[in-house]
Amino acid sequence: MTSNRDRRVVVTGLGATTPLGGTATETWEALLAGRSGARTMDFDWVAKYELPVTFAATIATPPVEVLAKVETRRLDPSSQYALIAAREAWADAGAPEIDPERLGAAIGSGIGGVWTLLDQWDVLKEKGPRRVYPLAVPMLMPNGPAAAVSLDLGARAGAHTTVSACASGAESMGYAIDMIRTGRADIVVAGGTEAAVHPLPIAGFAAMQALSTRNDDPTRASRPYDTGRDGFVLGEGAAVIVLESEEHARARGARIYAELASVGMSADAHHITAPEPNGSGASRAMLYAVERADLSPTDIIHINAHATSTPVGDVAEYNAIKRAFGDHTENMSVTATKSMTGHLLGAAGALEAVITIQSIYHRLVPATINLDDQDPEIPLNVVSGEHQKLPDGDIAALNNSFGFGGHNVALAIRSI
Amino acid sequence: MAQSEQEILEGLAEIVNEETGLDTASVEMDKSFTEDLDIDSLSMMTIVVNAEEKFGVRIPDSEVKNLKTVRDAVTFIAGAQS
Repeated sequence: MTSNRDRRVVVTGLGATTPLGGTATETWEALLAGRSGARTMDFDWVAKYELPVTFAATIATPPVEVLAKVETRRLDPSSQYALIAAREAWADAGAPEIDPERLGAAIGSGIGGVWTLLDQWDVLKEKGPRRVYPLAVPMLMPNGPAAAVSLDLGARAGAHTTVSACASGAESMGYAIDMIRTGRADIVVAGGTEAAVHPLPIAGFAAMQALSTRNDDPTRASRPYDTGRDGFVLGEGAAVIVLESEEHARARGARIYAELASVGMSADAHHITAPEPNGSGASRAMLYAVERADLSPTDIIHINAHATSTPVGDVAEYNAIKRAFGDHTENMSVTATKSMTGHLLGAAGALEAVITIQSIYHRLVPATINLDDQDPEIPLNVVSGEHQKLPDGDIAALNNSFGFGGHNVALAIRSI
Repeated sequence: MAQSEQEILEGLAEIVNEETGLDTASVEMDKSFTEDLDIDSLSMMTIVVNAEEKFGVRIPDSEVKNLKTVRDAVTFIAGAQS
């Protein structure tokens, strides 16, 4: 397998709107401070539907505080979050001048416009078809966020949507790398978005017993690797990065955060929701990423893990890491930032890519919170208590994302 | 209850502002919805449906194509109310 790193892809802009903050920087600072974004939901529908889970990691800065009123009216929340993160990333990259036909967009989502879909279903039932909003379909379609970003930035090389549940955001970055490597674009705005803090997904995830029910203590509920973990905490938001061919970034003197060196992907073909217990599928994705980044497994010093805080998933990921890295496993510092952000589903992989890029750039790994009693079945070198400094020199890290359906995506990020 | 043309204009301007973000002051009697205000057909349908609710009238789909200017819409609504 060839790496094709002769056309290197670098990161020149970061953006995020998350449960921890309205920007990538605010989110990073909250991570270093060890803050949780989980909170009790004060929506009237929580009691109305007697939801068994009454908390979530809701967005810190509502879009109405950032976007024009007409944008909040004509875009589903999933597109609103994506637009906010994309504009931040674009500005952070210096709003580069580029031929629109050389600029692409790749924004993934796990669930799509669930708010619009179900609100408009209510309108149809209660008021009839004439009152259904004419923009209902473009608002609810899962490619809506990619289209909104493409329209906003004038990206004409292509606007794409990867859909692979909780791996969607990471997969979009893989798609973006390919767009640049194959010469379709010089810059691609890539990321993931999710706005699914809505009673139906909450009821669905709760019915499958995937969510933590620690209703009396939301900030302590997301606890990856801890023996007391009982499920994930639903989050929402978006994260977007500006990816650029190194040649293009150097020519315009852009600040470069890191190299997004490769993506490794595989499918379990094992079960619709359960991860393969021995981790063989996920380990293949990690090893593909390492190989395609022209690295050896021992070059990886840090992993930002998928680690959602479910009893089964965290063990399966450990098994995959151990299978891929063997004795080197103990040398890698691992962190589970979902302990603070919650699980942003289709935005999770993108947000954790942003965090891993920040970790490489600042040479700091945020600590996992709520790790009081590490599960003996998961003997990883977990960063907890205090954030960890990464060494100087050339370093490399992985970011894992896995999705219902057996989707495995690993991104390799190298310092530059 | 019949409203004056000025009251209808103000109400219509609020609907247009809500849907498109255009300043209410820009919604003047002689402005064309498509050429001056740049309102597309999807937005026009939303404005029509919201106007029906706000002014208590029915604007048939077949009539919408005749509402080229703001004055056309105000006149139709005033006529439908009386």
